[in-house]
Amino acid sequence: MTFQTLKTGFLVAVLSTLLAACSSTGTEDGTGEGLSGSDVGTGTAGSGSAYGDDLGAGGVATVFYFEFDKAVLTSEARAALDTHAQRLRGSNRQIRLEGHGDERGTREYNMALGERRANAVREYLIMQGMNGSNLEAISYGEERPAQLGSDEQSWSLNRRVEMK
Amino acid sequence: MMKYRLLLILSLLLGATFSAQAQLTIEITQGVDNPTVIAVSPIEAGNAVLPEDISNIVSADLQRSGLFNAIDRANMLSFPRETKEIYYKDWRVLGAQYLVYGNAERLSDGRLKVTFGLSEVLGEKIVLAQVVHGSNNNLRDIAHYISDKVYEAITGVRGAFSTRIAYVTATPGRDNKLVYRLMVADADGAREKLMLESREPLMSPSWSPDGKELAYVSFETGRPAIFSQKLGDASRQQLTNFRGLNGAPSWSPDGRKLALVLSKDGNPEIYTMDLASRQFTRVTNHFSIDTEPNWTPDGKALVFTSDRGGSPQIYKLTLASGALERLTFRGSYNARPRLAPDGRTLVLVHRDGGAFHIASQDLISGDFRILTSTYLDESPTVAPNGAMLLYATKRGSKNLLAAVSIDAGVKFLLPAREGDVREPAWSPFL
Repeated sequence: MTFQTLKTGFLVAVLSTLLAACSSTGTEDGTGEGLSGSDVGTGTAGSGSAYGDDLGAGGVATVFYFEFDKAVLTSEARAALDTHAQRLRGSNRQIRLEGHGDERGTREYNMALGERRANAVREYLIMQGMNGSNLEAISYGEERPAQLGSDEQSWSLNRRVEMK
Repeated sequence: MMKYRLLLILSLLLGATFSAQAQLTIEITQGVDNPTVIAVSPIEAGNAVLPEDISNIVSADLQRSGLFNAIDRANMLSFPRETKEIYYKDWRVLGAQYLVYGNAERLSDGRLKVTFGLSEVLGEKIVLAQVVHGSNNNLRDIAHYISDKVYEAITGVRGAFSTRIAYVTATPGRDNKLVYRLMVADADGAREKLMLESREPLMSPSWSPDGKELAYVSFETGRPAIFSQKLGDASRQQLTNFRGLNGAPSWSPDGRKLALVLSKDGNPEIYTMDLASRQFTRVTNHFSIDTEPNWTPDGKALVFTSDRGGSPQIYKLTLASGALERLTFRGSYNARPRLAPDGRTLVLVHRDGGAFHIASQDLISGDFRILTSTYLDESPTVAPNGAMLLYATKRGSKNLLAAVSIDAGVKFLLPAREGDVREPAWSPFL
């Protein structure tokens, strides 16, 4: 599973490098206009395709972690989300906020907790001026752990929201 | 051309090994202190070899209930095929309290006629004598039928050996990403059958009361959605596609409705869905988490998990009146309730310190018992005869199924040969 995460990370890195290379406007200028991606896409121009821009550009976190049984954003998460909101305000890019939990507790209850976490991120981004219709909260509960293992470290890595 | 042929052969081979993928086995870890000693004499068709050993399956069924100790065939002094061949002394000497005996006969139309009996050794009395017909293809069904009849004659409780179980497996694929499979097998883990395979999570299988369909959650659309699938022809349909949660389906006892969870209105609420009209009725209304509904056997109420009191606890909602009652008060985490067929015994997941156990609560006396001693136990499902429950647990890093009797006296594990197994759902009587 760790290998899997690394591999996905690598794939995303390769894709974003490729996309950055194709894009004529820089994706790091931080303004909404620069991120419209209208000169990158083909048929999906303006609607924001899945890889329309690199959310993690400049090293901004796209995964946010939570305490056990909690859906409260940490100050680090809020700081990263402020940056995302600044970059994405005014853009039409569709964002998936995937909420996850650790393996403890029942599966459907963890689905609800995962959604609560994804909604905490969504509501924070809306407060920062983002358009809620571009933000979808989707819970995976405990079904897609980032790391397998029944220990505190694995659990803390699994209680997360991934921004995609 | 050659290449294609090779591919075809490979996929055929893969298909063949695949069908044996999870293959549950059984390890009995605890039985009752004074099990009934029973001998199951070989049931054979003269000189013809049957593809399944009926008596072995019956012995294993009875042994697995934890209530019986089956005598090893190697120790038997005789193999009676019919009543007049029983020498009770042979069985008293072995300490057998009961004897199952019989024979199979090939009829001219190719079918098999199995005659079996049950006798009480001390009283030298025939308790049961029956004939059952079948074919080579359903010898396991015949064996489970015999087990059901013998179990009921001795314990007074209907046997559940002819039932099935559904469960979800997760196995890393060739690319190391998890492959999720919804499986159905006999209650003893045999004859495992694939219902659905997906690269996206599958969860929460629930049987229709006629045992012909399963409802479950699949993420194949990129979001959780509820589907139902027929066991007969594997045909399936998508039942829900709302924004947010679409989860925890539970079939009503009359088969006409599903209780389920949707968060389309902002937070998880319980709804009932009329399957014929596709009308949804919202039955809870609270800003907290409401989830994991399960019907009472009379279909008049739902039990469910809610954290409206500050921690997850079990509540009961009477549908006609809207009356709500909190059922659990012990500890800070009680979730995923399932009612036994008597409507009185509630089983649930209970947190005790850092461990999650399966517990039962008698809804009349209030008696609360922790039934399991492992750490991450979840997803309890009660057999249709109420005698045992299956649940998911963890051994090392592996998820596997385990069973415990409702009085905690009998325990066994169903480890899989490969992969993680979770979310068992025991079928109704079939």
